[in-house]
Amino acid sequence: MLHATLKTLSDGLAAGKFSSTEISKYFINKINKLNKAYNCFITLDEEKSLTQARAADALRAAGHAQPLTGVPIAQKDIFCAKGWLTTCGSKMLSNFVSPYDAHVIERFNAAGAVNLGKTNMDEFAMGSSNETSFYGPVKNPWDTTTVPGGSSGGSAAAVAARLAPAATGTDTGGSIRQPAALTGICGLKPTYGVVSRYGMIAFASSLDQAGPMARSAEDLALMLNVMAGFDARDSTSLLRDAEDYTGDLTRPLKGLRIGLPKEFVAEGVAPDVLKNIETAIAEYRKLGCEVVEVSLPNMALSVPVYYVLAPAEASSNLSRFDGVRYGYRAKDYTNLTDMYEKTRAEGFGAEVKRRILIGTYVLSHGYYDAYYIRAQKLRRLIARDFTEAFKQCDLIMGPTSPTTAFKLGEKAGDPVQMYLSDIYTIAVNLAGLPGMSVPCGFDGKGLPVGLQIIGNYFSEVRMLNAAHQYQLATDWHTRAPAGIDTP
Amino acid sequence: MSLTTDDVKRVARLARIAIDDQEAQATLAQFSGIFRLIGEMQSIDVANIEPMSHAQDVMLRLRDDAVTEIDQRAEFQSIAPQVEAGLYLVPKVIE
Repeated sequence: MLHATLKTLSDGLAAGKFSSTEISKYFINKINKLNKAYNCFITLDEEKSLTQARAADALRAAGHAQPLTGVPIAQKDIFCAKGWLTTCGSKMLSNFVSPYDAHVIERFNAAGAVNLGKTNMDEFAMGSSNETSFYGPVKNPWDTTTVPGGSSGGSAAAVAARLAPAATGTDTGGSIRQPAALTGICGLKPTYGVVSRYGMIAFASSLDQAGPMARSAEDLALMLNVMAGFDARDSTSLLRDAEDYTGDLTRPLKGLRIGLPKEFVAEGVAPDVLKNIETAIAEYRKLGCEVVEVSLPNMALSVPVYYVLAPAEASSNLSRFDGVRYGYRAKDYTNLTDMYEKTRAEGFGAEVKRRILIGTYVLSHGYYDAYYIRAQKLRRLIARDFTEAFKQCDLIMGPTSPTTAFKLGEKAGDPVQMYLSDIYTIAVNLAGLPGMSVPCGFDGKGLPVGLQIIGNYFSEVRMLNAAHQYQLATDWHTRAPAGIDTP
Repeated sequence: MSLTTDDVKRVARLARIAIDDQEAQATLAQFSGIFRLIGEMQSIDVANIEPMSHAQDVMLRLRDDAVTEIDQRAEFQSIAPQVEAGLYLVPKVIE
């Protein structure tokens, strides 16, 4: 049970080896024992979870089970879940019990899955280390003096520590892939528009995407089957034929062309990380792939472009938090403006305020063209680079993160240093492409290294196939940190 | 590009976030680093490039002009800081 994947849990439930109630209790028990060490969960509700588990068992008994019926899944606290405290890692929503379900939550409910609890995250998804949460930092289970990455740090740590077999995350500049890399698990950000953002608290609307985090490519596929699909309530949701993301996992990789952008190596990757990436690419050659060098000439611009666009969109999205209709309201204020200003000064943390201010600045009169519009134009250049590269290859690969997990507090004082840790992931969001990270080794300190796989638009099936074949030939994805096996 | 604390305070007012002199100074210090990063964008030639706001260049969908929402005011207001008679209460704006 400790290392059970979604696949083994699903098969076990179908075979009657155990019930959803039993496995949910197992994980709840583990969380009760170990959450303090890692701080990955913000909210647990044993009664709600077990009610869902019992309903799932009843569904199964009546013959109506689907693949994920009865399987417990942790939900990033950015998804509104009806009746659940939904905080987005912020004091601003520390009292917000959501009156409705996000589309992603509805999907998992309809699939009969069990909500195991709400995971910790960087405040309003702004961060790369899970150190900005109002609820305290999350610790990386591989070394609790280090960060798990962010913003989906709670989800990543929960899966790595085997407190949940899988979890949901969101990714705006790397927030699924980077924590997956730093905690040695798998995470996937789908093509923009594939998963509905309805009920997913918005950070940067043109970049945000929800996605699965789990310990195998097959599990990611099982989750994506539940999460993907058109939703009329999200104006950016794409109407497409349904895909079975598990459909092509077993296809041999012979002839698959892998592109290695030369800019990925030029930007200062830690030697240990580079070594593991090279070993992973060698493995892919053994599996029959061709490897070609490609170029993404404008890649270096992606960090400045992102740190104009994302804060700009965030400043607009977070203007709704004003203490009027829900959430935190300041205790003392004189007039309406004062109420807004104090509520927001007290309710938001430092990083969130910083980004709102930057965003407001770049959108303001006199600066809009020089910053915001310019960034939008550079965004198109960055997206075009990928389109060109994909003429020569099927998948692009490289490091997910320039380093392995850094120490808590190490980068928290220098925002720019923190922003640079997203250098390999950000361009993927700007272009709206799908990206994933799978574990591919460890550094000299025993910290995980992630291999990033980037595909062309809507190529998740092929990416998952490539990851699955790699996972049949290697076992990095099965490794577990010490100290997680409680009596 | 050189910002001053006055710029920081102006932007804070636009964003409706209270900020005192000390915070404005601290924010200014961090801003210089961030704006230096953003400044790397300025040297690129962007003539004849269309801004890209959306990954998939889609059109906004239209729908029939028909009521689809149900009245959930009571439920939504049950979590509001201050309500009365179906209204959200805030400090008086008009004297």
